[in-house]
Amino acid sequence: MMYNSRNIIIGLIIFVGIFTFPFVLGAGKANEAPKLSLDTPKINELIKKEPIETVEFMRNNHMQLLSDWKVAVVRDGNRVYVSQKDGQEYDMSLQNTCLDCHSNKEQFCDACHTYAEVEPNCWDCHVAPEVIR
Amino acid sequence: MGLNFSLLIVAALILAVFLGVEALGLSFLFGVIIPYLALATFIIGFILKVVKWAKAPVPFRITTTSGQQKSLPWIKDNKIDNPATTSWTMVRMALEVLFFRSLFKNTKAEMVDGKKLTYQWEKWLWLAGLVFHWSFLIVVVRHLRLFLEPVPAFVTLIGKVDGFFMVDLQNFYITGVLLLAAVTFLFIRRVLIPQVRYISLAADYFPLFVLMGIATTGILMKYFYRVDVVSIKELTVGLFSFNPVIPEGVSVLFYIHLFLVCTLISYLPFSKLMHMGGIFLSPTRNMPNNSRAERHINPWNYPVKVHTYAEYEDEFRDKMRAAGLPLDRDGAEDEAAATKE
Ligand code: HEC
Ligand code: HEC
Ligand code: HEC
Ligand code: HEM
Repeated sequence: MMYNSRNIIIGLIIFVGIFTFPFVLGAGKANEAPKLSLDTPKINELIKKEPIETVEFMRNNHMQLLSDWKVAVVRDGNRVYVSQKDGQEYDMSLQNTCLDCHSNKEQFCDACHTYAEVEPNCWDCHVAPEVIR
Repeated sequence: MGLNFSLLIVAALILAVFLGVEALGLSFLFGVIIPYLALATFIIGFILKVVKWAKAPVPFRITTTSGQQKSLPWIKDNKIDNPATTSWTMVRMALEVLFFRSLFKNTKAEMVDGKKLTYQWEKWLWLAGLVFHWSFLIVVVRHLRLFLEPVPAFVTLIGKVDGFFMVDLQNFYITGVLLLAAVTFLFIRRVLIPQVRYISLAADYFPLFVLMGIATTGILMKYFYRVDVVSIKELTVGLFSFNPVIPEGVSVLFYIHLFLVCTLISYLPFSKLMHMGGIFLSPTRNMPNNSRAERHINPWNYPVKVHTYAEYEDEFRDKMRAAGLPLDRDGAEDEAAATKE
């Protein structure tokens, strides 16, 4: 026999509700990772459709790469990045390099960032491609 | 002893995931089956524990409070520390749960000059405990960004406030680091204070090591050995929509993080961590102290055959009177009343 069973049951319902609500919201929903579009003029021109470093490295570490670029440019005045992958040289620039290839920011950067809920504030200062257009 | 044992177990758990995922390719086991089992153990175990506790009757109000009880109107009572109504009891409980009010009154006893006993207010345990619990809550709420699609607005808001400081152009979450710092403090306190160390068991060290492991792997994933967050979100959203998938390229660091979380939640109902539910059932916190206003009957009372003093006197009145013993009622009025009729 339980004592105070009304309060205990209310408490347990709240407990179960809190710990299962992601299932209630998620159950049966389609699970789709964002589809990234590489269909930009610059990438279509490339013979080898390859990023600066390996795809895996870019996926996981592009934020750190950007940060390193910023430090190199702003603090050390060094604007040339040499790829560790194939030795190709790139101008270290967010707008003129990354977004030159990925000029479809909305279908590329933003698609991922909305899914992972990150909002980099870069575009407060740096110019995003659609603004140029 | 308990310390080394716990450390060994946590190390073995981490090694097991590492080997399981890297060498044997058991990512479905560690990414899907174990999380489901762990969550089921957590929820069912928690309910059974609470039901078991609720079967114990607690009929009487525990009056060891640190405030004046409600009595006569001209005596000022302390409504929070010694509540007489359900609503004030809820206030006391809320303050306890949200701010650990009774731990705030924690004192430390010390002998000064070998003979003088002194008590000092000891607030560091309270502070570290509070920082730890609040950070834990905020980290878990922030994690919902990895569990839900679309992400609810309040999760985004908490993430923005918590990530207010940016390091290297990236969000730096304060609570993640505070969590690790607070757990580490609580561990060091346990080891350094001899009296606390003496009463510490494996059951105390183990959760601390598991928590340290979770926070450390989390921080490594976010700032040092970055992982593919988008694929991880695919995995978690898959779990919560009952369409489990194991995406390519999820780092073993994530599986270690996840397995330690599973260890923590499946261990919770059987451990001291069950104070999460127990706090709401503590008799010193959840009962209004109204013994003077209401009668609380013990549920295991059975009818007892009693022989009151009045009945005893009725039975032996003549003999008592003859022996000259004092009587409450000497029976003369009864006899007078009887003869009048
Ligand atoms: C030379 C053109 C080019 C430049 C410059 C470039 N990228 Fe890429 N990027 C690519 C290509 C091509 C891919 C390949 C995608 C694939 O194969 O899935 C890619 C992939 C990526 C990916 C992984 C996407 C995925 O499929 O998981 C990220 C993230 C990324 N780039 C970010 C950046 C950032 C940030 C910069 C600037 C530092 C940058 N890229 C510069 C062409 C470029
Ligand atoms: C494969 C998906 C993906 C693509 C494509 C992608 N990002 Fe990201 N990006 C992420 C994720 C996930 C994070 C957050 C990681 C975390 O939570 O620690 C992130 C974080 C960042 C951050 C750090 C923000 C912060 O607050 O931590 C910057 C800056 C960034 N991305 C820039 C870019 C740019 C510029 C592009 C387009 C050229 C791009 N990203 C494309 C997934 C992606
Ligand atoms: C407060 C405004 C501001 C914000 C916000 C900002 N930057 Fe910058 N950034 C600058 C300025 C100014 C420079 C210097 C430009 C130069 O010297 O060419 C710069 C330079 C850079 C450079 C190297 C040069 C170039 O042309 O790109 C990189 C890479 C860079 N920022 C990345 C980022 C990223 C990634 C973010 C978002 C996480 C960001 N910045 C946010 C102002 C800002
Ligand atoms: C099923 C449950 C969990 C999953 C799937 C999960 C997953 C993750 C992932 C993917 C990251 C990296 C985030 C990023 O790079 O942006 C992370 C970070 C982190 N996790 Fe977890 N986690 C879980 C539970 C927990 C719990 C219960 C705790 C609390 C003890 C915790 C503490 C942390 C911390 C401190 C970080 C560091 C970054 C931050 O502060 O957010 N995690 N987790």
